[in-house]
Amino acid sequence: MKDPAKTSSFEIRQEENRAELRISGSWVADSERSAPGEIFALLTKTAAVSELRITATELQESDMSLPTFVFALHRLCQQDNISLRFDELPEAATRLLGMALAVPEQEGVRRESDESSVLSRIGSDAIAVGRGWHATLEFIGGCCLALGRMAVGRAQFRGSDLWTVVQECGARALPIVSLIGFLMGLILAFVSAMQLKMFGAEIYVANLVGIGIVRVLGAVMTGIVMAGRTGASFAAELGTMQVNEEIDALETLGISPIDFLVLPRLVGLTLMMPLLCAYANFVGLLGGLVVGMSVLDLPARLYINQSMEVLDLTQVAIGLCTSIVFGVLIAMAGCLQGMLCGRSSAAVGTATNTAVVHSITCIVVATAIITVICSVLGI
Amino acid sequence: MNHGTKIPAIQVRQLTMAYGDFVIQRELSFDVGRGDIFIIMGASGCGKSTLLKHLVGLNAPAAGEIFFDNVRFTPENSAGYDRILRSFGVLFQSGALWSSMTLAENIMLAMDQYTLFTRQEKMERASFKLGLVGLAGYEGYYPAQISGGMRKRAGLARAMALDPQILFCDEPSAGLDPLSARRIDDLILELRESLGTTFVVVTHELASIFAIGSNSIFLGPVGQTAIAHGDPTTLRDTSRDSRVKEFLFRGEKS
Repeated sequence: MKDPAKTSSFEIRQEENRAELRISGSWVADSERSAPGEIFALLTKTAAVSELRITATELQESDMSLPTFVFALHRLCQQDNISLRFDELPEAATRLLGMALAVPEQEGVRRESDESSVLSRIGSDAIAVGRGWHATLEFIGGCCLALGRMAVGRAQFRGSDLWTVVQECGARALPIVSLIGFLMGLILAFVSAMQLKMFGAEIYVANLVGIGIVRVLGAVMTGIVMAGRTGASFAAELGTMQVNEEIDALETLGISPIDFLVLPRLVGLTLMMPLLCAYANFVGLLGGLVVGMSVLDLPARLYINQSMEVLDLTQVAIGLCTSIVFGVLIAMAGCLQGMLCGRSSAAVGTATNTAVVHSITCIVVATAIITVICSVLGI
Repeated sequence: MNHGTKIPAIQVRQLTMAYGDFVIQRELSFDVGRGDIFIIMGASGCGKSTLLKHLVGLNAPAAGEIFFDNVRFTPENSAGYDRILRSFGVLFQSGALWSSMTLAENIMLAMDQYTLFTRQEKMERASFKLGLVGLAGYEGYYPAQISGGMRKRAGLARAMALDPQILFCDEPSAGLDPLSARRIDDLILELRESLGTTFVVVTHELASIFAIGSNSIFLGPVGQTAIAHGDPTTLRDTSRDSRVKEFLFRGEKS
């Protein structure tokens, strides 16, 4: 808050190319003061000045605002090659200014604000996109090589890390997968029951739920849950390791971070996804059964028989294969963002965010592609 | 473990370091002799840690070459590169311990990868390394459970895990209390004495520079090159460069 009782003023005197700036009143944080830029503009408006002297004979009080002001003025003067003298200011201010100016600004150190032209921003964004693709392809290539090394037993990773991942994205994911799977089955059955009831075809709820869950939705819902849960945690873990130089520490030991960090996560999640998906399918069917029995009054035996009839091994296999693809995509997206993470806390947030968005996008696109392929192949 | 050869442990030739267009230091050339304690010094922000990162292969040179034992240190020379990586240990400025592992596991990881010791033996070695840096009994602690200074010392213990021929230390005693800092200096001298370990140390603790340094490079401001080379004590007494003298006398008149 500015205090109206505290006022400051200044006066400029000019003789030829020498100017004197007389400051008076209160130069404290809560007084009304003119900005250095305004005063400098006034000074240089009328005539060319080559020397500026600041005096403060009538200064009542001052705090850090005074040297701050003079420091800013000094920078402006330097740009215009004006020499600034401030040795008549209060002693404390002069000494502080002496210290602040003791180490002169190094050339080329100052960074101007990022307000560049639209064209240059488009250009740098395009370059960034190119670099991003390059890094992604390099990462995928690195993962393939690492998988190759693992196949011949020469990858540098610890079995214990793999088991930690298996536990984390296997057993620990069961509660949330159960909940989502069960509710999906329930909702699907409920919505279709309403429609099918109109035709007296309630029993076909079992077909709809069965095919819908087992062939697509079980895998997709598991994928989305795991993207938000595990993909995000992969990105955050690796990103934090990047920030703490832990990944550098691995590299200097000659341990490939892809072998040591990415491989257990990739393999662990890819192994767990089909199991989780099978479990989600089962729970989803259970959800459908609950609606069938309670809302539609279908006998459990009839509902189960109807489901068994439509669900052949092909349907189940398509769902499980889809989930394996999702596992690979989620683990890759999460680990890639973690490995590319910058060195700040904000970068970890961005990496996590991007990992989730990319995994979900990949899941949806992959589902579309798999569906098209299946319909072309007629399965 | 003196190899009895005159080949320097590390040779740097015309090394230019840059982040994009921003040149940190240009055309650095120096040798680190076997068994030297080589100090990298210079004002804050002049690229000391960056030089260290180049020496350990984390940053690629913009120009110039680095040789270990006359073997060029570059990822393209893959067999030599891995062997060189295994021959040195690195202490990072912040410790950079793996936060999901205990201190003992941190030290044992390198042994897991590269040695055939039994678990018992690895455990004993880890305990001994922790004892050397004054952290006996902390085997089961996680990095987040100990203080910054302790993390740094644990980082040194990890860097020593494979008994490397060369140890790179980024500010080993910064942020430590005077007694712990002294212990680290003594440890460095002892390791050189008993195992012939070569050290490359980034530091600006003057006491430490004079106590342990046997050779040094003094980096100039950003964008320039090295100002001086040599034994820090000799530099202090004979250098004619005012920047070097001021630095080594802490700005006080000699």
